[in-house]
Amino acid sequence: MAYTEDELKKELETKEYEYGFYTDIDSETFPVGLNEDIVKAISKKKNEPKWMTDWRLDAFKTWKTMKEPEWSNLKYNKPNFQDISYYSAPKKKPDLNSLDEVDPELLKTFDKLGISLDEQKKLSGVAMDVVVDSVSVATTFKDTLEEKGIIFCSISDAIQNHPELVRKHLGTVIPKKDNYYAALNSAVFSDGSFCYIPKGVRCPMELSTYFRINQAGTGQFERTLVIADESSYVSYLEGCTAPSRDENQLHAAVVELIAHDDAEIKYSTVQNWFPGDKNGKGGVFNFVTKRGICHNRSKISWTQVETGSAVTWKYPSCILKGNNSIGEFYSIAVTNNFQQADTGTKMIHLGKNTKSTIISKGVSAGKSQNSYRGLVQVSPFAENARNFSQCDSLLMGNDCGAHTFPYIEVQNKTAQIEHEASTSKIGEDQIFYCNQRGIDTEKAIALIVNGFSKEVLNKLPMEFAVEAQKLLEISLEGSVG
Amino acid sequence: MNFQEKLLDSFIAFEQDVDLLNPIHSDRKEALKRFEKQGFPSKKDESWKYTSLKSIIQKDYSLSSKPNKSVELRDVKEFFLNDLDSFKIVFIDGVYSPFLSKTTHDGMDICVLSAALSKGKYDSTIKNYFNRTVPKDESLASLNTSYTKEGAYIYIPKGVCPEDPVQIMHFSTGNQKSIWLQPRNLIIADKNAKVEIIERHQSLKEHAVVTNSLTEIYAEKNSFIDYYKIQNDLDSSTLIDNTFISQERDSNVSVHTFSFGGKLIRNNLNFYHKGENIQSTLKGITILESNQHVDHNTLVNHAQPNCESHQDYKGIFSDRSVGVFNGKIMVDKIAQKTNAFQQNNNILIDNKAKVNSKPQLEIFADDVKCSHGCTIGQLDKEALFYLKTRGIPEKEAKALLTYAFANNILESVKTPNLKRRINSLIASKLGVNLGFDL
Repeated sequence: MAYTEDELKKELETKEYEYGFYTDIDSETFPVGLNEDIVKAISKKKNEPKWMTDWRLDAFKTWKTMKEPEWSNLKYNKPNFQDISYYSAPKKKPDLNSLDEVDPELLKTFDKLGISLDEQKKLSGVAMDVVVDSVSVATTFKDTLEEKGIIFCSISDAIQNHPELVRKHLGTVIPKKDNYYAALNSAVFSDGSFCYIPKGVRCPMELSTYFRINQAGTGQFERTLVIADESSYVSYLEGCTAPSRDENQLHAAVVELIAHDDAEIKYSTVQNWFPGDKNGKGGVFNFVTKRGICHNRSKISWTQVETGSAVTWKYPSCILKGNNSIGEFYSIAVTNNFQQADTGTKMIHLGKNTKSTIISKGVSAGKSQNSYRGLVQVSPFAENARNFSQCDSLLMGNDCGAHTFPYIEVQNKTAQIEHEASTSKIGEDQIFYCNQRGIDTEKAIALIVNGFSKEVLNKLPMEFAVEAQKLLEISLEGSVG
Repeated sequence: MNFQEKLLDSFIAFEQDVDLLNPIHSDRKEALKRFEKQGFPSKKDESWKYTSLKSIIQKDYSLSSKPNKSVELRDVKEFFLNDLDSFKIVFIDGVYSPFLSKTTHDGMDICVLSAALSKGKYDSTIKNYFNRTVPKDESLASLNTSYTKEGAYIYIPKGVCPEDPVQIMHFSTGNQKSIWLQPRNLIIADKNAKVEIIERHQSLKEHAVVTNSLTEIYAEKNSFIDYYKIQNDLDSSTLIDNTFISQERDSNVSVHTFSFGGKLIRNNLNFYHKGENIQSTLKGITILESNQHVDHNTLVNHAQPNCESHQDYKGIFSDRSVGVFNGKIMVDKIAQKTNAFQQNNNILIDNKAKVNSKPQLEIFADDVKCSHGCTIGQLDKEALFYLKTRGIPEKEAKALLTYAFANNILESVKTPNLKRRINSLIASKLGVNLGFDL
């Protein structure tokens, strides 16, 4: 029987979140609420040096004076910051040296996620740092990385073991007072990943972090800092899931990337936080600040597959400070049911001969709203800046919306900027063409959506591309082969 | 007293001059209240992010004009497009000049708003149309509404097509050191009517003039309106042009904006669709130099199915000039089969020049074709080199290429007279004689 778009729509509406399980791990959670004592307690819990505690307190002070931003094209009930627990750690902290000692319950969690550490370790050669709720629980492949001089650990460990590196770079790309959520994160971040690639080293494997919000009523505030020293290369992946819950959970992360001269950082995200059920109840608020700075001849490339979260609000950005530096942004955002996404990028051209590429694909289905918001800025000194932006939206069904808000600000005459955007649905003629070639409608839709997002999927590292495909299936099953 | 307070306080004096019993007076009073609440827009307003009125409203302006010394035809003849007997409505410092104008009530109404307001036979038309498309949240539109007194009134009845374009000319004499003008135009094309209109604001000598103009345009079923705005004023003048266009089914409205001069020009151009099968065209050429600033703020609200809109704005910026394009296409849920296209191309000639462009799409219907494109760049170096190898001097070669860049917008100008005029303006703006008949 022919498979029509209506049927696909129905299937999308009823599709449940596959990763919505809750793992009963013993965990230690702070009382709800936020005040100076909580900030101090988090810092103390993690046995942090004084400069770190002061840094947090300073951020907290700034945060108190700030107002929640409201300019986005999103509608949601603002989270109550006094109703959230700011720290939740699995109680039995596993020994990091051997996977056998990891809490078996936790291992089961990862099995369910299909990312068994064991398997990952053996098969894909991906080194992983896993953050459940707020605390980093396991880092694999540590020894192999150490041989090369690569530091890949949780940020709490980094504060203990490499304070000079953290202190030098933390908050340099995203200042504490950058925005409301970044300030909040700076005050209360509980853990996250830290990565340092020394000069001239090409990281031999993909580094990966897996985030999961497990405990009810907690917020996840992780902090990621990736430093690629001169002429180094690293490819970094992060993935996120959360169990389904009725109430909204808050996720406010900060990611800072620093690419020194001639370095290259490839940062890929597959975000699949719980999107809420088909009535729009529950789901994660994903308010993330991500930014990278490029020094001379360096390159930062952001790739993201956004399929989850009730509300996504993030703009991974590149500051192209060095001459001849390159920034790239590849994104697929898929929204379904009542999901809302306001995402895009900022490319700030400061250095000479800087280049940036933006490819953004949005797919909206159900009653969702999907916005692209991006800034391309060329400063007066950025000679020969070059930008190419393309944002395409695909609408499925008549209850969703697709929006484009590009900002283009050019102050240099040698700049060459191109922006193009289009919005369309899957054309009847496209499907007809496939049909007459003997491809049924279901396959045709799969083919078209796949083709639509291919440019971005191709940018993902091999190991992740498979998972991204899987996540697209969850969000739009029936449409992606 | 700052200027905003002055505007609020002077309303009492203004009331002495107008008919308080006219029903539109309540529109004025409500609009004034709204303006009092909203105030002038600031950079904090998203749609005014790149354009600041601050330096303009810090100064003081006189709100009414002194009886002006007579302006002779020879002073202004060069600004008129056609020969003397075509229809024109001329204002000197905001005051209607019967001597320079040519109006009619024969078969159609081409006259001034104050006349239409004072005569009973226009009451129903005024009631049906006046202030019907102006959104309440635009403070400058509210300000204009509150001081509604004079402007052009054009009513083209069913099936009538005047032969020549109607010209609306605003001259400011500089009699007063600084003046704030607020003309209000009402233009209605009834079923199957067709009309071309040219609007121009011109200072006759350097002085601070700010014009906060508002034009309401109603295109009834199957009507056809071509509107041309020529903005080539002296660098002492500021123009805020608010245009609201309401289109009924099968109508076709196009607005061409030629911005070549002025200290600051802000064009708020808004299209609202009230029926199916509508065509809207928005086109513009902007050529700026020195410290000029032009902001095109457009909105096309596709509220009905099967409509088309086409936007094309080209900008060429020299010296320290600033160009802003803020275009928005809204497609409502029921507006299926919408075809909306938006394009903004810019060339930066000098390093101090700036372009801020924000082409936006907001789409709630799925069966649509919407696209926008924006480019910022330079003239093609190879094309320039080719022309030079053919013995064409660099200056002329550049002008030729710039002319070609803007040309597709000129192609849709239908009146040959006007096309020639715009061509010569572009040539003089680029400082060259192209040596062929444009």
